[in-house]
Amino acid sequence: MTLIEALTGLAPDLAIYLALTIPLVGTVLIVLTGRWPNLREVVTGLTATGLFLSVLQLLPFVLAGERPEVTLFEFLPGLDFAFRVEPLGMTFALVSSGLWILTSLYAIGYMRGAGEAHHTRFYAYFAIALFSATGIALAQNMFTLFIFYEILTLSTYPLVAHKGHEAARKGARIYVGLLLGTSIGFQLMAILATWWLTGTLDFTEGGIMEGQVGHGVGAVLLVLYMYGIGKAALMPFHRWLPEAMVAPTPVSALLHAVAVVKAGVFTVLKVSIYLFGLDYMQALVTTDLIMYIAAFTLLGASIVALQKDNLKARLAYSTVSQLSYIVLGAMLVNQYAAVGGGMHIVMHAFGKITLFFCAGAIYVASKKTEVSQLDGLGRKMPFTMFAFFLGALCVIGVPPLGGLWSKFHLVMGSFEAQHAMMAGVFMLSTLLNIAYLLPPVTRAFLRPLPEGESPGFREAPAFCVVPLSLTALGGVAMFFLASPLREMLEGMFIY
Amino acid sequence: MDWLGLYNYWVVVILMMAGFYIVIAQGNLVKKIVGLNIFQTSVFIFFISLAKLDGGSAPVYVEGITEYSNPLPHVLILTAIVVGVALTAMGLALVVRVHELYGSIEEDEIHEQDGSD
Amino acid sequence: MIDQLPALPVVITMAAAPLVMCLLRWPWLAWATTTAACWAALAATIALLHHVLDVGTVSYAMGGWEPPFGIEYRIDAANVFVLLIIAGVSALIMPFAKRSVESEIEASKIPFFYCAFLLANCGLLGVTATGDAFNIFVFFEIAAIASYALIAMGKDRRAVMASYQYLVMGTVGTTFLLIGIGFLYIMTGTLNLNDLAHRLPEVSDTNTVRAAFAFLAVGVSLKLALFPLHLWLPNAYTYAPSMVTVFLSATATKVAIYVLLRLFYSVFGIEFSFEELSMNYVLFPLALLGILIPSIVAVFQNNAKRMLAYSSVANVGYIILGISFATTLGVMASMLHIFNHAITKAALFMALGCVVYRAGGTSLERMAGMGQRMPWTMAAFVLAGLSLIGIPLTVGFITKWHLILASLETGLWPIAVFLLGTSLLAVIYIWKVVEAAYFREPLAENANVQEAPLSLLVPTWVLTLLCVVFGVYTPFTVGIAETAAETLMGGFL
Repeated sequence: MTLIEALTGLAPDLAIYLALTIPLVGTVLIVLTGRWPNLREVVTGLTATGLFLSVLQLLPFVLAGERPEVTLFEFLPGLDFAFRVEPLGMTFALVSSGLWILTSLYAIGYMRGAGEAHHTRFYAYFAIALFSATGIALAQNMFTLFIFYEILTLSTYPLVAHKGHEAARKGARIYVGLLLGTSIGFQLMAILATWWLTGTLDFTEGGIMEGQVGHGVGAVLLVLYMYGIGKAALMPFHRWLPEAMVAPTPVSALLHAVAVVKAGVFTVLKVSIYLFGLDYMQALVTTDLIMYIAAFTLLGASIVALQKDNLKARLAYSTVSQLSYIVLGAMLVNQYAAVGGGMHIVMHAFGKITLFFCAGAIYVASKKTEVSQLDGLGRKMPFTMFAFFLGALCVIGVPPLGGLWSKFHLVMGSFEAQHAMMAGVFMLSTLLNIAYLLPPVTRAFLRPLPEGESPGFREAPAFCVVPLSLTALGGVAMFFLASPLREMLEGMFIY
Repeated sequence: MDWLGLYNYWVVVILMMAGFYIVIAQGNLVKKIVGLNIFQTSVFIFFISLAKLDGGSAPVYVEGITEYSNPLPHVLILTAIVVGVALTAMGLALVVRVHELYGSIEEDEIHEQDGSD
Repeated sequence: MIDQLPALPVVITMAAAPLVMCLLRWPWLAWATTTAACWAALAATIALLHHVLDVGTVSYAMGGWEPPFGIEYRIDAANVFVLLIIAGVSALIMPFAKRSVESEIEASKIPFFYCAFLLANCGLLGVTATGDAFNIFVFFEIAAIASYALIAMGKDRRAVMASYQYLVMGTVGTTFLLIGIGFLYIMTGTLNLNDLAHRLPEVSDTNTVRAAFAFLAVGVSLKLALFPLHLWLPNAYTYAPSMVTVFLSATATKVAIYVLLRLFYSVFGIEFSFEELSMNYVLFPLALLGILIPSIVAVFQNNAKRMLAYSSVANVGYIILGISFATTLGVMASMLHIFNHAITKAALFMALGCVVYRAGGTSLERMAGMGQRMPWTMAAFVLAGLSLIGIPLTVGFITKWHLILASLETGLWPIAVFLLGTSLLAVIYIWKVVEAAYFREPLAENANVQEAPLSLLVPTWVLTLLCVVFGVYTPFTVGIAETAAETLMGGFL
């Protein structure tokens, strides 16, 4: 009771400090308790919970229209290392830290069930990754965000290369090469140019470019930013995401369906809204260009997903496609679509993490990795496959799941932007979603088991099944919670 | 015949080029050191020449003498000669080590040995 | 005491050198004396730094002979910064040196080794502190001869040849310097840098002064390993004893760069160097090639030490690039990189020194599996490597930031793109080492390798942490670099 009392009603700056220190302290403790696996996993769980609770402390302030702010130090004159919480960042921080709690439970079941090695290293880097995701969410300026963006890339490298065999190393090399390459080559360039032209990198209501940067230069900067944010996986720089699937499934689930990729699209939204400003972006010639690239990525990745038999690869391409929803939403440059993009960060998070959890649970229970092997599995793993069904519906956007609302807003946004064609793209993509996400479900429930397999009930460990059921239910809950979420997100235009 | 009057500068140029050429063109490590010495010596002569005044006396104050040679470059060159000797010693010491280790002081032979390692 | 400060770092190290040689029978005592001397020099330098930041430029007449006739030590923000780097690195190396040197040098030679090290240290400090052109030459040679000896003490027999190559090229370089100094003396009748700066404008429109400039520029470029005059460097750094590589990589080329800055900006002046003789058109392409080609060569190296040696050449390119802009921001970026690269490279080479100590070499095969065997060493290597790449929150990033702003300021945005592109090459070569260390199985003979002892590890980590500390806390370095750049740009006043 005292703990809960202590953890509610914190001063907002204290909550920000806590949100940043808890994962770091957690990392140290995880390393120190590495010798006692049970204790170590308790520490992971506590760290995740602590992070979530401290982020939660900020929610009332943000809802009340406040923007809690903390400046750690001045990095260079006029360039602070600072944090400021606004609704979009609040949403992202809540989703990533909240889902971390479930993921850490799931990881216990998965890592032991699948016989992975180096658990301590795994949990430690996981905590650092969440630390940087939180930093990205709360950053007050583009510079602070960039720093955490790079830490996130570097801390996930050991997680992707976790298995250490040749394929994992190759995947990790592409992963780190593409992400570091685009961020240093394009994003940093854009940041430096912005700093040079405007003299600030602070996120500001209405953007900082208007009146400072010509439309021609602005158009180039937009392209640099959009490709520089490699984590948003715009084609042709999307290859790292499928490659990252060699990582253990908890990594794919939380990081490559939620924290890392959402950090990318979150940055896209931040840059669009607070650096460029929607009005300014409307005047840029490249906004439409990026929009069409996003539309192309969206459809192209779906078509690739259709052809993948490996379940995780299919989900990965599905993620590439879904990320472009949000980029597209940002490029439609109106409040409706931007809110839709923000909502999609949440909705897709619940849907996709469920799907990945299920893929991992299937692997742990039956060592199956391909879609074509799933025949009849619904009878052996009813909970998992039903959760998969819900997750798929959430990503597709069928009521009563949350995915409906974000798509609804995005489509409305494209009408408002008078890009009816984009509404068509969303619709077509929904059909494609159905085509690649439902076959695993229909196979599992409608086809008979392959010959020679015993039909008995054989679920994954409870540590796997409970979290995935919870996230699936979360997808349902978001259907009903969409309206408060929307109200909060609408506050993001007031900085 | 003004240019003849500057003949010690011509000597400097010729020595300098000769020394430099030896350093670059010779494959024998000792000869390279010799070249380096000639190269440096030319610079010493250069300094000494530039300080000498025609008809100038040694810089000792004597009644009735009005023109003196500049002593400072000469002093500098004393230092430079010492440095040069130290360098030569160092270089030759290295050559001795090279000979101990490789059994040769020809550059191409040494590179051949290292290449086959 | 304050009055004598400008001379102290040089005098302390110089006086300690013969003392150390007398301790022939007691290698341990030789080490202790050297350490004491290095730390005393550092203390004097720090006091000097405070003094200079307080009161501005300090002039010291050596032996009481007034400048411009006597030798003047002239300390301003620019050279006190470089003095700090030299004294700081040499002091931090000493705890590391103890065991590293014991494992790489015969016991009977250790006192000689430390003697040579002190002389090299003294020479570099002297070049930096002095305000007299001829004195620069003399100290350059002191440092150079001592470093030839140090390099030749490497275990590999190729060290001797590397040292010999360095000797030939280095001597040509310093002799060129001497010729240039001679020409300047003919025209002005002075050797004092400050005095030269005042007298040169009157005679600057002569071929003699231009020839002097050319000789000095080539001579210094040889010493600082400007591409394509860098050929001596990779072998020298690769085969020298670990501790020597750390010291030289952090200081030797940096001091020569300082001399270049001093000559171009203070003595000849910006107008002469960059407007009349257009040195920017010479330095600029050489800097770009010097960044690109050695970086590419580094990618293909199989020995981590050699890889980093080529990376050093590339980083000289970064510094020269900043100089070639001929703007305050550019010079400031260069001054920053002199400091930042010194600590980054020192940390990297120290980490490799730890690997040499345990695994017996730094080829990628030998480094395989060291991530598990020597976790602390390799962690330091990775952190410092990130700084070399220029990841935010490390010093490497601070440099890149300023260098890119400087290129944007001059309107050269393709250079900004180029700079970011070449840091990706650094990603590739650092990652080659990381992969070998973390994801390959160690050689059979290295299967039981242990973590390096604390005496090696602690200095390595101190330097590594400095890379992060000064990457986060910037006012100190950026402030000094800014003052230094302004001093250099302003010429002598």
